Amino acid sequence: MIGLAKLGGRTWVVTAAALTVLLVVNALLQPNFLEPSVIQSNLTTFLPLVLVAIGQTYVILGGDIDLSVGAIVALVNVVTVSVIAALGGDGMAVVIGLAAGMGVGAGCGLVNGLIIAGLRFQPIVTTFATSIVFSGLALWVLPQAGLPVPEPYWRTYAGTIAGVPTVYAIYLLAFLIAAFLAARPFMTRLKAVGGLRAAAFQTGLDLGRLRVLAFMLSGLFGAFASLCLTGETASGDPLMGQTLAMSAISAVVLGGTALAGGVGGALGSVLGAWVIGMIGSVIFFAGLPFEYQTLVQGLIILAALAGGVLVTRR
Amino acid sequence: MNRFVDLAKNPLLISSVAILALLIIGELVSPGFARGDQVVRLLTVSAILGIAAAGQNLVILGGREGIDLSIGAVISLGAVIAGNVMNGSDAAIPLAFAAACFAGFLIGVVNGLGVTYLRIPPLVMTLGMMGVIQGGLVVLSRGVPSGNAAPALLAFVSRSAFLGVPGILFVWAAIIVLMAFVLKRTRFGWSIYAIGSNENAAILTGLPARRIRVLLYGLAGLFGGFTGVCVIGYTGNSFISVGDQYVLPSVIAVVIGGTSLAGGAGSYTGTALGAIALILLQSVLTTLNLEFWGRQVIFGGTLLLLMLLYGRQARLRV
Repeated sequence: MIGLAKLGGRTWVVTAAALTVLLVVNALLQPNFLEPSVIQSNLTTFLPLVLVAIGQTYVILGGDIDLSVGAIVALVNVVTVSVIAALGGDGMAVVIGLAAGMGVGAGCGLVNGLIIAGLRFQPIVTTFATSIVFSGLALWVLPQAGLPVPEPYWRTYAGTIAGVPTVYAIYLLAFLIAAFLAARPFMTRLKAVGGLRAAAFQTGLDLGRLRVLAFMLSGLFGAFASLCLTGETASGDPLMGQTLAMSAISAVVLGGTALAGGVGGALGSVLGAWVIGMIGSVIFFAGLPFEYQTLVQGLIILAALAGGVLVTRR
Repeated sequence: MNRFVDLAKNPLLISSVAILALLIIGELVSPGFARGDQVVRLLTVSAILGIAAAGQNLVILGGREGIDLSIGAVISLGAVIAGNVMNGSDAAIPLAFAAACFAGFLIGVVNGLGVTYLRIPPLVMTLGMMGVIQGGLVVLSRGVPSGNAAPALLAFVSRSAFLGVPGILFVWAAIIVLMAFVLKRTRFGWSIYAIGSNENAAILTGLPARRIRVLLYGLAGLFGGFTGVCVIGYTGNSFISVGDQYVLPSVIAVVIGGTSLAGGAGSYTGTALGAIALILLQSVLTTLNLEFWGRQVIFGGTLLLLMLLYGRQARLRV
């Protein structure tokens, strides 16, 4: 009983339970659900949301929020695609393009962080305003969807690196980064900043630096997600990723990270992102008309949130 | 000296100056921009945003990170309900308003119950509700636009009712006066500020904080439904994503109108001016004849600049 109560004290347990149920339902609906190729294709579909949700976790832990990450995804995509095209599309061009994309992501995060932490702006409205700017810039770089990426790019993404499917290698890398950050003092300090900002300030923590870092992580993971989406779509799209920011916030909260800041972690957000992805696939394979997807997804997310809250209630 | 600083930081003054400056810039760029009928047209567009922002203002004033992201979906729902109830018949307009406001109110109450009794953070609660309503609209309408506005409703929003001013502006003026009166002169208004600035203290003085907050979300939904009817009066027919464009602008109007996102401080008069400033800014950028991306970048940059003036949070160092 005590063990159960202890387990029940965490929102992400509800999410993990929801994920299990969704897995069972999916396995019943789709006979080939557990085949390696199907698992890989599902995990590929969920990957961008997983990455954005991991990045968003750090911002939310620090007591802020990043609504601009969808626009960052679009901007990174068009910059990467344009750089690769401008440099001729050979192997070196792809590498420089990827680096440029990551740089743009980190740069956007830096801008968000400096404005919010440095100038004391409110994060919701600020990241909304910067998202308008980033989307505008994306349309400037590439006014229309198009501009294909060279074949090796998407072939590598769908293929393998050193015998491991690329998508799994990216998951592994993302988990390693998250685990590394979780073990650093950075994480504890960030939680202190989000938990009780005034107290964190009085203990002498460099709040500004921590919050800027959190926004840069969100930008970097956004760029990471964008490069993966580019591997899937194999072309540039200035309107890419528009719903990602909102879905990622839902994923983070489903994963047990408090929106008020200070409590939670990236692993829960990964579970949350998978739940959101699995809901879509259950609806699809249950044969429900496509129209029902948004409705059922919204209802399940609200139910999971309410369930998580009821469980944590004392 | 301090009085000047205080004056320069007064949100009402900043918005008014911004509105005046934008009108002058608009007139310089394209003569005729600040002409009477043009101003009335801009005010009509502002009125629709302003009425939506009234609901947003209430939940933000109530504190606890109050925000209503479902307002856009509620507006769409209101427009779709009104369109189908009216179907071009003037006689059904009152019923359309009643049905849209009632549906909005119910949704708002559900939001409020989730936020207070289930303690779901408002941002996620209303975000989830947005998904549910949008999904419901897709299912109900099967993606096909349906229903249209009655002639008298179109006239209410776009034709002159008195001295060249359409009826919706009189309604908005009435809402501004009513909101100012309720917020500043009634027990209910003061209790909103009380729960918004210090909920525990408010509860200890005997205020039913939860019930008040549920009511605030209900009113936000009601304003959303009302806005939906106005929107269909402006566009003529309803499509299911018609309200999406109002979600974040309604928050921005509240913020540049001087209401703190932390709750407990601000006024609807400021929000109304903020809505006008926002619409004027968009309109000036349109007349500048820039490419779309340039307009976007300048719009976002100007919002940041406006926030620099007074939307900032308190300093931690004392």
